[in-house]
Amino acid sequence: MTTTGYLRVEVLRTSRNRMFLLFSLTFPLILFFAVAGPNRHGSLAGVPFPLYYMTGMAAWGTMIAVVSGSARIAAERSAGWTRQLRVTPLPARTYFWAKVTCSYLMALASIAALFLAGISLGVRLPVSGWLTTAGLILVGLVPFAALSILLGHVLAVDSLGPAMGGITSLLALIGGVFGPIATGGIWLGVARVIPSYWLVQAGKTALGGHGWPAEAWLVIAAWTMALTGAAFRAYRRDTKRI
Amino acid sequence: MTVIVPNSLSAHTPGADSVALTGLAKAFGSVQAVRGIDLSVRRGQTVALLGPNGAGKTTTIDMLLGLTAPDSGSVSVFGRSPAEAIRAGSVGAMLQTGSLIGYLSVRELVAMVAALYPRPLDVAETLRLAGAAGFADRRTRQLSGGETQRVRFAIALVGDPELLVLDEPTAALDVEGRRAFWSAMRGFAARGRTVLFATHYLEEADAYADRIILMAHGQVAADGPPTEIKARVGGKVIRATLRDAAAPALAAIAGVTRAERHGETIALTCSDSDVALRQLLRDYPGCRDIDVRGLGLDDAFLQLTQDHDRSLLTEATA
Repeated sequence: MTTTGYLRVEVLRTSRNRMFLLFSLTFPLILFFAVAGPNRHGSLAGVPFPLYYMTGMAAWGTMIAVVSGSARIAAERSAGWTRQLRVTPLPARTYFWAKVTCSYLMALASIAALFLAGISLGVRLPVSGWLTTAGLILVGLVPFAALSILLGHVLAVDSLGPAMGGITSLLALIGGVFGPIATGGIWLGVARVIPSYWLVQAGKTALGGHGWPAEAWLVIAAWTMALTGAAFRAYRRDTKRI
Repeated sequence: MTVIVPNSLSAHTPGADSVALTGLAKAFGSVQAVRGIDLSVRRGQTVALLGPNGAGKTTTIDMLLGLTAPDSGSVSVFGRSPAEAIRAGSVGAMLQTGSLIGYLSVRELVAMVAALYPRPLDVAETLRLAGAAGFADRRTRQLSGGETQRVRFAIALVGDPELLVLDEPTAALDVEGRRAFWSAMRGFAARGRTVLFATHYLEEADAYADRIILMAHGQVAADGPPTEIKARVGGKVIRATLRDAAAPALAAIAGVTRAERHGETIALTCSDSDVALRQLLRDYPGCRDIDVRGLGLDDAFLQLTQDHDRSLLTEATA
């Protein structure tokens, strides 16, 4: 009752935030049609162009959806709302659970919209391919959820905009969201230890009906653990200081 | 992890303590905000924490609510830790600062908070009680300062808490708003609830509390019923122009507790300004520009601490 109630309010608030919807849902869609439309019969990194871009844009949109949760946490902290919640029976765990779940629901909406867009440009996958792609993206977002809680606690509201924009853009670029930045050598090595790279790869690996290689799971798990630990420490420090 | 214990207030005997603070102290860097506070509040009492800015009221309240960890001492709320009492839904609070989250109507926000408590009040009734019913469908970010304050009051009330804590709740309200606020607070307290509020207005503490705890410099300076505290800090100062009168002679006037002279101006701090004024006029007919004013709280505290009157006070209020 308590937990789903708070989640429902979170979803309601997010769906009323037009700027959020614009940047996490509409922008990736527009970019997808703008870039993949003219190249619909081409291919990129050994994958049909629209499939690559569909996964790339889904990775980008979902990343924004999840990481922008940090802005809401920071805003609620600076408004004193977090302190107000601490004198209600709502457990901190539930607060974060609702934030992350809400981000995930928005990410699902973003994935669904881009898949439909992909289909409209001729992307065809077996059912298992669609499910694997969506599933791997959702798993790949876990470290980003932790990152969002971390940023929400260490950054001030006025520095969060640029920080969030910079971090998501950088991760998107290295991960190959807008096209692969490297096909070999040191840059590929760098990209392969970045979680956003595996978000983009979710589409490619799903094409053959296979999931991620073990390396991907390892990278995602390592980032998840590191960022969750950092987020937890930031939360503890924040609640102690106030 | 934590089991939600049903509100076991029935296990408390009537008159048992709602709040017990023992040896509570807190420093921020080199500033000793709270220097050892011992107090207990019985169930059903309405208690004012009265003191000037910087007296340690907010720090004390934050420790009482578990928002700030004390350096030493302990806090018990209904016999548990603050966190446990809050988890059980026994506490509602209106903090000194804070705004509301956006993208929600007032009604949606208050209903959401109500859903967090085990036995909340009716949302519509709470909005009416807090004076927020008239703008319940407006978005939270479109409210004035006074309206926001009423919604924050509704949020503190809606869980029907056994203990209501209010930190300077009328700060953003106009005169009308204050009156409405206090009448709502009284209505709530009349249900047998414990209310603890912080204020720096003696009039508010006097009018709405059963008991005033006077704080100064992070300590309890006095603790007792409003009549006693008011007599203590509600003194008056007579100012006048008067030559040829020595301060010691003026201090000897009945009803004067302290006399000062600055050039031709004299200032007599009085426990009974009526008696003092009569004698002053009789003994010093040359007295001009007479001005009698209430002693501000800050002056009163200054006097209390300068005169080391604390022992006297304790006797008076014991």
